[in-house]
Amino acid sequence: MLALRVIPCLDVKDGRVVKGVNFLELRDAGDPVEQARIYDREGADEVTFLDIGASHEGRDTILDVVSRTAAQVFIPLTVGGGVRSVEDMRRLLLAGADKISINSSAVADPALVTRGAEAFGSQAIVVAVDARGDGKGGWEVFTHGGRRGTGIDAVQWCRQAEQRGAGEILLTSMDRDGTRAGFDLDLLRAVRAAVRLPLVASGGVGEAQHFVDGARAGATGLLAASVFHYGQMRIGEAKAALEAAGLPVRPLAEAV
Amino acid sequence: MKIAIVDPGSGNLASVLRALERVIAESGRQAQAVVTTDAAEVRDADRIVLPGQGAFAACRRGLDALPGMVDALQDAVIESGKPFLGICVGMQLMAERGLEHGTTPGLGWIRGEIAPMDPRGPDGAALPLPQMGWNGLELAQPSHPLLEGLRPGLHAYFVHSYALAGGDPAQLLASTTYGGPVAAIVGRDNMAGTQFHVEKSSLVGLRILANFLRWKPETAA
Repeated sequence: MLALRVIPCLDVKDGRVVKGVNFLELRDAGDPVEQARIYDREGADEVTFLDIGASHEGRDTILDVVSRTAAQVFIPLTVGGGVRSVEDMRRLLLAGADKISINSSAVADPALVTRGAEAFGSQAIVVAVDARGDGKGGWEVFTHGGRRGTGIDAVQWCRQAEQRGAGEILLTSMDRDGTRAGFDLDLLRAVRAAVRLPLVASGGVGEAQHFVDGARAGATGLLAASVFHYGQMRIGEAKAALEAAGLPVRPLAEAV
Repeated sequence: MKIAIVDPGSGNLASVLRALERVIAESGRQAQAVVTTDAAEVRDADRIVLPGQGAFAACRRGLDALPGMVDALQDAVIESGKPFLGICVGMQLMAERGLEHGTTPGLGWIRGEIAPMDPRGPDGAALPLPQMGWNGLELAQPSHPLLEGLRPGLHAYFVHSYALAGGDPAQLLASTTYGGPVAAIVGRDNMAGTQFHVEKSSLVGLRILANFLRWKPETAA
């Protein structure tokens, strides 16, 4: 059985973790590489870096972070934030990223999805979609960190991303993000019904049961940032809840 | 020992190189892994790894575009019997042909063709595609040297929409289940290929790479 993926996300700015808990085992809580190593050891199925600095000066710091992480952590690594071109993607992939997540730049230029997929394969291209309820039963795509509305229907955009060659959708509910009220399950179900791609749910996790709810709504990957950052939940608790609900997981620390 | 990682041009090989370097360091042995597009380096190497990402046809084109590379691979793997490991599309290239973006000949080392998947759940509903994530391994040939130390059910990281069809059961080393059985590791004699990404499969993948470095095929040609 294909296991559900539990994916911690690290917000990185100028090479440092923006918010992070000071785990006892960490020498430097602000070092994304150290954080990624802890998550790996705890059984994370992938790690995502979101570069929220994304200024030109900051770009090289994320390359260094990715490179140092990839030398120590042998699980898939997704990197997003400020990716605007195939050349940006290439530099991140060469540094050791496995998947590149694009958001605002894909909305501005949907052909970027296709160009990325043709250059590196669909498996390397994640389209990240920030969606907010439109009050009429649908969802609108927002860009620029959720600040800018686009008038684009989120479900339609996910379908278009699939047709253009994306290998995965990372779907964030702007309504739920930061609320700890759980994923937007209606949004997940609507996108699940519209695309066949792997679907990563994001935004709203507050307790372990939310991972179960997200999986049952059709997500194949479950991403959370702050509950893991602040140590309110460990990766193992999320997996234990999934397993207790009869859902497939990769057991912690498969030693060989 | 020299390990040549052949770069067919469509993939990111940094991860494969890093994983091999880690395994070499842990083994304490004198070995060097190099990424190469040079046929002479393949002839010169003791072991050969062929990674691959993206589409079958693009990877084959990339391989063909390297002067003398396909001949060098044939000589090294088939004639000289050097241990060979294909990864993901590199494993798929070992088959007779691929059906992604038209029909493209493979290296023809393993029986079968690489065909589109259409995985279905028990209720007939379409499962997500590509298969992306960690799936459990069923060991068809648990005593194979490449699988030493592995037990059934361990997970490996898969990303693919095409899979081996019409393969020879004698060449299946391990499988996984996604809507039905899917070839996970194939091989014969001195060659093997993993559909999953060994370099991204954590301790399980590193163990397979370590086994590959130690592998002394008995039935090499």
